[in-house]
Amino acid sequence: MREYLLGNAAIARGLLEAGVGLVAGYPGTPSSEIIETLVELKSERPPHVEWSVNEKVALEVAAGASWTGSRAAATMKHVGLNVAADPFMTLAYLGVGAGLVVICADDPYCHSSQNEQDSRRYAQFAGIPCLDPANPGEAKEMTVFAFELSEKFNIPVMLRPTTRVSHAREDVEMGQAKAPCGPGHFIKNPARRVALPSNARPLHSELLAKQAAMEEALESCPWNRLDLHGNVGIIASGIAGMYAKEAIFDLDEELSFLCIGAYPLPKKLISRMLMHVSRVMVIEELEPVVEEQVQMLALKVNPHVEILGKEGFIPREGELDYLQVRNAIARMLGKAERVAMKNADVSCLPPRPPSLCAGCSHRATYYAMRKVFGKNAIYPSDIGCYTMAIGMGTVDTCLCMGASITLASGIRFGGETEGICCSLGDSTFLHGGMTGLLNAAYNKARITVTILDNSTTAMTGHQPNPGTGMTATGEVTTQVSIEALAKALGAGLVETVDPYHLDETLESFQRAKDYPGLSVIIARQPCVIKARRSGERRRSFQVGEDCIGCKICLDFSCPAIEFEKDKARINALCTGCGVCAAICSTSAIREVAR
Amino acid sequence: MRTSECDMVIVGVGGQGVILISDVIGRAAVMAGKPVCGAETHGMAQRGGSVINHTRIGCRFSPMVASGGADVLVALEPAEALRFADFLSSTGVVLVNTRPVLPSTVTCGKARYPPVQEILAPLKARCCKVIAMDATALAEKAGTAQAMNVVMLGALAGYIPLSEELILQALSLVVPQRFLEANKKAFALGKAEVE
Repeated sequence: MREYLLGNAAIARGLLEAGVGLVAGYPGTPSSEIIETLVELKSERPPHVEWSVNEKVALEVAAGASWTGSRAAATMKHVGLNVAADPFMTLAYLGVGAGLVVICADDPYCHSSQNEQDSRRYAQFAGIPCLDPANPGEAKEMTVFAFELSEKFNIPVMLRPTTRVSHAREDVEMGQAKAPCGPGHFIKNPARRVALPSNARPLHSELLAKQAAMEEALESCPWNRLDLHGNVGIIASGIAGMYAKEAIFDLDEELSFLCIGAYPLPKKLISRMLMHVSRVMVIEELEPVVEEQVQMLALKVNPHVEILGKEGFIPREGELDYLQVRNAIARMLGKAERVAMKNADVSCLPPRPPSLCAGCSHRATYYAMRKVFGKNAIYPSDIGCYTMAIGMGTVDTCLCMGASITLASGIRFGGETEGICCSLGDSTFLHGGMTGLLNAAYNKARITVTILDNSTTAMTGHQPNPGTGMTATGEVTTQVSIEALAKALGAGLVETVDPYHLDETLESFQRAKDYPGLSVIIARQPCVIKARRSGERRRSFQVGEDCIGCKICLDFSCPAIEFEKDKARINALCTGCGVCAAICSTSAIREVAR
Repeated sequence: MRTSECDMVIVGVGGQGVILISDVIGRAAVMAGKPVCGAETHGMAQRGGSVINHTRIGCRFSPMVASGGADVLVALEPAEALRFADFLSSTGVVLVNTRPVLPSTVTCGKARYPPVQEILAPLKARCCKVIAMDATALAEKAGTAQAMNVVMLGALAGYIPLSEELILQALSLVVPQRFLEANKKAFALGKAEVE
């Protein structure tokens, strides 16, 4: 039976078909739907599925399960692997019990990310195999294969989908879900589980010695395929291979073709290609991971072969598209490039950037923050929906998860004397902000930390976190108190406000600003999207005839406020938060009875 | 050489239900035994930003429609039709809902939303046919403005190589049972617009 599946749903199916016993992850576009799908898929003996506090935690939990005999996977986005890099690098030495797969979704073009790092480099760095699917069907098959490979070579394996695989859909053949293997036991084996220097040294040698065997095994895997035809060749990896195949079909050319889907690279297949052709083009998104190896191999097996790629043909940044690939191949062949029609003139169109929702409490919090701290204050921010408030002047930095607090500390210690008020969401605080807050308290940073607590991980699709009292599978669990955490980590002043109550919020920010130490404001109001879904009753607001058209409410930038002729108007997007009524200079915005 | 049987690009604003249209088409194609693939927008852009969905029926290559390659451009919002017009093939068809969704840049007075005619004219110059309809009004007539995307699906049905029967069958798998009748009505109203 075939089903039209999202790439991430196909990976989730693959995990079940591999009999996975545990899946842990932290939400991040484009990886989040893997765990979300697993939670929804019903099976007789469901695996343990969790949203972990961060990616490092997720990978360590997965490693523990693997060492206990359960097939395990950790899911994350590419930058999440930076957080998990510590266990990742050493797990390559220590190896696995049952199969261990790191699913790391890359985001070329930064569709929803702060950088476009290429995780194939990480796999190469750690010395572990990497499977690079070109489409959802491959992603599912590779997921199953990854566990077999991991167990065969006693090593973690990376599955590296990109946005165009994770968020592609395709008709995928469904297989049988397998029950996870029975309850396991941790077998003590210090030589392989305790990374003391005396153990790590021989394990490093062992890791290096495995490389040739892994490479040999992947020479014949279904995703590294060589078709020799004419004396011009293409070597392409991941989704670039799909574009290349389409281009070759379209151009109706008999080209030699080497498709790369698994690393370490198949040196024999590459050598055969290099000995067969006089000219070859390497087509891959982002880093020249394949191209560098091809260059090195060519020196050994055929120094005369002409190698085309990143220099002048294939960009090293952004994502590729079909026309780019087609035209690069056409240019290599001396054929006409396809010229796109002149771009449509879209200068008459208004920009439509993503923005905070109507009634989003972050807007209200930032409004009050800015009013109290003023335009000269420094506002380090963080990773989450709230970066969309950049137009409000309260987002001066965005680096990585939790960095708002640490940057704020560094900015203070660097000599800044203006007010410093940083902000981050509840999930981001629990992910990577807690250590920064502890550090700020310990080292006496005089800053204000605002935790924008909308009680969910909103940007990635509303996943629960330890502050919500709910697990990934919807079970009730300990609800951690962010107030108690902030106090325990050493904050001197901790206050909680409802950002919909503007006066109360302004007063709180004023006390935080005046406080001679580390202060924390927790601005708590559920995400409006979640509140709407849970059927919360809305209040209604209207602009009265006494509106003087001062546009103060427009500066608040809520999509529910429009301006018509000379007066403001509340449109149907209004969620009834009432903040604009508090801002209005003439009290012309009023609640109406329903 | 054609590399797919039918390429379409579906655009709109986050929250309008772009993904539902492609999901229905994908499921219907699977029922018809045709290979089908597509690519979606998730994440940041969904927060009121422009969204684009590629869907390719009878295709075993990449899920992305090439620039200048779309046989059909379905736009749930007029400005988005023009924003993504580069995907249109010169022999392509545009199906567009004429009901604007004002972006925050317009509501807060920083930008202007052009008259719909100003948007449709350049579209007409780039392709073979532009079919414009107030799909939102038609959906309201069918019982719920939410079904605007299904009105557009009904209009699209005549331009893709899948039977109406399979599309409706797939629709009933995707839409909650209690909204099915209104959605079927919305589908029929959209279909009538192109007949």
